[in-house]
Amino acid sequence: MEKRIRVLVAKPGLDGHDRGAKVVARALRDAGFEVIYTGLRQTPEQIAEAALQEDVNVVAMSILSGAHAHIFPKVVNLLKGKGMDDVLVVGGGVIPESDIPALKAAGIAEVFTPGATTGTIIDFIKENVK
Amino acid sequence: MDIAQELLNGSKLALSRAITAIENEHDDAVDIMKKLYPHTGNAFVFGITGPPGAGKSTLTDKLAREYRLMGKTVGIIAIDPTSPFSGGAILGDRIRMNDLTLDEGVFIRSMGTRGSLGGLSRKTADAVKAMDAFGKDIIFIETVGVGQSEVDIVKAADTTMVVLVPGLGDDIQAIKAGILEIGDVFAINKADHEGADRLNVELNMMLDLGGMTKDWRPPIKQVVANQGQGVKELIITIEEHYAHLKTTGQLTTRRTERTKNEMLDILKNGIGTYITNHITASGQFDQYVKDVEDRRIDPYSVVNDLLKGMLK
Repeated sequence: MEKRIRVLVAKPGLDGHDRGAKVVARALRDAGFEVIYTGLRQTPEQIAEAALQEDVNVVAMSILSGAHAHIFPKVVNLLKGKGMDDVLVVGGGVIPESDIPALKAAGIAEVFTPGATTGTIIDFIKENVK
Repeated sequence: MDIAQELLNGSKLALSRAITAIENEHDDAVDIMKKLYPHTGNAFVFGITGPPGAGKSTLTDKLAREYRLMGKTVGIIAIDPTSPFSGGAILGDRIRMNDLTLDEGVFIRSMGTRGSLGGLSRKTADAVKAMDAFGKDIIFIETVGVGQSEVDIVKAADTTMVVLVPGLGDDIQAIKAGILEIGDVFAINKADHEGADRLNVELNMMLDLGGMTKDWRPPIKQVVANQGQGVKELIITIEEHYAHLKTTGQLTTRRTERTKNEMLDILKNGIGTYITNHITASGQFDQYVKDVEDRRIDPYSVVNDLLKGMLK
């Protein structure tokens, strides 16, 4: 039996900056993960449904628009509603330190802010994926 | 949960988990397949292949939408290459199909090739069966971007469509063997680009050279997938081919051939596993290797002896 870690990389919300998400997607690929890349302007509903169909282990979202406090918890709840409560949800982007405790309380496993290395992200996923 | 039963009851989560079990060769994958098998054989399996960037995903998206308007449910298996170095993959076909994600009648699954070289992943056929048992009317298989010789799709699909775009080469490319031989239907995408008419002429010449003895001369349709141009006409052609397969009995012939190939594959895998577990795992095999290396015996005689022992 061979297990591959599958990660959905998504850009929710309305900002059009996906360079960071692409860099992360590429790094995860090189770490041996299967990365399902869904591109820009995804709604929480689209992200949760794609995660279900792709049976991913991890949902990684990048957001720069400031809507993280609304969107990240919504994705977590939608995943739970679909029976995907074992998915590791992580976020990244320009996110104020002061918002992070609330995001973690809402079920976001980790939040990576500017300066985080791809190595840190990969290690976190490897250690925490279920 | 009983994945197979839940899948048959219509659970998307179960379908998704079943495909994961199949892909990862979980211990319970064979049991799941055993339970699903009686419920397969109803879907129309449609293969889409062509070079990278030809517009396979975009065209799949447009065709799937059109089939949804016709009231059909759709499964899509989109395959992208796995890195031979890291084992990782970027599966990016969904980007072109995001609007289908929330359609209840569509299920899209991306798969990495995981070492398979024929344009599909090794477990594509079983993933198709899972979607078939789930009740999808039509199942699209989108291959990786292919070059000239990745032709496994013909073994997996009822109807195969080759998508081409202008500007990739002259008419010598068109008479070479390989993917141009496997199209039941051809689509020239990006037909608004320069060179589309020339490609059309060259393809027609190629097809006329070989088409005299066949009862189906593959038609060529020009489309502009990202604008939806020509998609309705293309579906009519695809459906015509499917009807042709049915009326001529070729559908049965193709599916019989597929069943035969699949059974042979399962048998070969079983024998392969037996060899790994019973022969190469033993110390005696290593001794044989040493003997062969020292030229005390030749490998052909050794294999003969081993086979005799295995088959008695």
